[in-house]
Amino acid sequence: MNVSAPANPAVAGETDDKPSDETLIAWLREMQLIRRFEERAAEMYTRRKIGGFLHLYVGEEAVAVGTIARLRPQDYIVSHYRDHGHAIARGLDPNRIMAELFGRSTGVSHGKGGSMHLYDTTHNFLGGYAIVAGHLPIACGLALSAVTLGEDRVCLCIFGDGAANEGEFHEALNLASLWKLPVIFLCENNLYGMGTALAAASASSELYKFAEAYNMPGARCDGMDVSDCYRGMGVALEHCRSGAGPYFLEAMTYRFRGHSMADPELYRSKEEVAQWRMKDPIQMLRRDLVDHGAITEDEADRLFQQVEDQIDAAVQFADQSPNPDPAELYTDIYAESGRSHRAVRHRSAVGETTHGDEG
Amino acid sequence: MTTVITATTPATAAPKAPVEEHERDERQGPDEYVEMTVRDAIALALREELLADEHVFIMGEDIGAYGGSYVVTKGFFEEFGDRRIRDTPIAESVIVGAAIGAAMGGLKPIVELMTINFSLLAIDQIVNHAAKILYMSGGQVNIPIVLRMVTGGGSQLGAQHSQNLESWYARVPGLTVVCPSTPYDALGMMRQAIQEANPYIFVEHSLLYRAKGKVPKRYYTVPSGQSVVRREGKDVTLVGYLRSSVLNLQAAEILAKEGIEATVIDLRSLRPLDLEPVITSVEQTNRAVVSEDAWLTGGISSEVACQIQERAFDFLDAPVQRVNGADVPAPYSRELEELAYPAVDDIVRAVRATLQ
Repeated sequence: MNVSAPANPAVAGETDDKPSDETLIAWLREMQLIRRFEERAAEMYTRRKIGGFLHLYVGEEAVAVGTIARLRPQDYIVSHYRDHGHAIARGLDPNRIMAELFGRSTGVSHGKGGSMHLYDTTHNFLGGYAIVAGHLPIACGLALSAVTLGEDRVCLCIFGDGAANEGEFHEALNLASLWKLPVIFLCENNLYGMGTALAAASASSELYKFAEAYNMPGARCDGMDVSDCYRGMGVALEHCRSGAGPYFLEAMTYRFRGHSMADPELYRSKEEVAQWRMKDPIQMLRRDLVDHGAITEDEADRLFQQVEDQIDAAVQFADQSPNPDPAELYTDIYAESGRSHRAVRHRSAVGETTHGDEG
Repeated sequence: MTTVITATTPATAAPKAPVEEHERDERQGPDEYVEMTVRDAIALALREELLADEHVFIMGEDIGAYGGSYVVTKGFFEEFGDRRIRDTPIAESVIVGAAIGAAMGGLKPIVELMTINFSLLAIDQIVNHAAKILYMSGGQVNIPIVLRMVTGGGSQLGAQHSQNLESWYARVPGLTVVCPSTPYDALGMMRQAIQEANPYIFVEHSLLYRAKGKVPKRYYTVPSGQSVVRREGKDVTLVGYLRSSVLNLQAAEILAKEGIEATVIDLRSLRPLDLEPVITSVEQTNRAVVSEDAWLTGGISSEVACQIQERAFDFLDAPVQRVNGADVPAPYSRELEELAYPAVDDIVRAVRATLQ
């Protein structure tokens, strides 16, 4: 696999917003929080506290932090199975995310979803999905509901490069554009669908160009640079919120660890990984902030120590949380029926739903 | 067998049966009835709900300007407009997925998937998504959608347009699967479906659309998970749904002339599956014949026969007989196709086998 500098920021257009040093420091902390969450999760996996599959977001943190920072609370997010970083960036409680990974009743999905299925309706975080591209059609529907109900929301739909070869990807892009739905299709292109290189799986290696076929704008951003992700997302949101329909944003990124904990990484060289680690989004931002005097090394160390303490607390919270009650096995298969679906929806409402009590 | 389908309401087909008495509210006095077809009944329920609730909308292939390939939504496009009656691309997965998302966002989507064969292009959305999201989210997000699909063969449409796949969906926890065979059930079940909080698969049989029957003028609904006794008899219990339920009633007429009295039970709902009336009946008749148009192997008739032997073994005087479609892809040739689906005679023969 030829590794070249992937991003071409010029493609995504320019916005003049420059994040303040204060904002950049907050992003640094958040990226480190995701990084350490993932590394501790890996440790807990090897200690068998976490089961199933565990897909780590290490290396890709800038994408979640830079793009989600631009959303408003009412905007929807649907994500894929590598979803911990998105959930943390959206503000879900890391304690409860870790508890979900541990399969405990305090988890965001009450221990019934697991690592790949994080949900928190109070944050309009409507799921990690583990069927590649399966959630792209759902994003269209969420955006359709917003348009139909006259709500000022967009739906951020996050998926990987592997999704671009699925039929559901193409069906969703077509419908979103046809109906001018406010969906931001955010492709996290980490160059591999599991262990198959993009070049071996896709006839086009410039995935944002698919957008053109569906008559929607598409652009790339540098997924290793949190500010560039923020900038790219700004362009996308401006387009979506204007009522012009969907937008396709391709963030060029790289995962530093295997596809999942079970991945021996036979398909890529250590040199390639090392080369990408030189572009570590956290190290780059930290160096940049120190270099221009926004933060001292000591302050950065203290910031990272705070993160360490927070992750310790999350692990402790998860470990001390109870397992789900055995009766939970048979709950949540069917929602309580009523004369009106909205009566039920009102009790399990998505975010700040305002139309829940009309029926 | 395609020529003998004349579905009738319980009121006219089985006058001695206490059919649907349990659903009547005696305080309202005697019901007034109107006659309509299954197609009319579905359209009536859809229109009622579209008028009653602006969150309800219908989406699907050719349901708007074209009027629906089975003409159920004829005139809706003109009446409700393109926002409520949404023509979609031929892209089943995004149709169902968008319905799921729209439901999550607060709307009540009704999807017409044309036929159950085409639903396979959306099976990822139906099985992996719609049926799972409430559970995976720990109860946070329910998916109130209705998926209409046409099942069944018998119209010489060949192997790709003639399958009965409803039992596949009936296996999936999280889904509800209903199969109305009369106008009464079609109207009551569709009203119920649209009010439900969960993914609801509403299966229609292409050969029953024109079946006529009487429905009460008063408002009523038919919940899922309630089988109904269409006719009562002491000698044998006949179980079926959709077309096979209609065939069972015809078989019972023939058998009655030979002095064999059959109880006929229409399952109406495959998930949840209500076998209480079946078990109760078998305890009295000691014989059962289960029929369905679908393939023999691993279907609803297998499940029903299995549960009868589990729950009423000591009452059985003969092995449970099954009458199913042949385990073959549906053939085109009329002569071959008639061999591929059960006929009334097959059911009559199966009953005689239980009496030997």
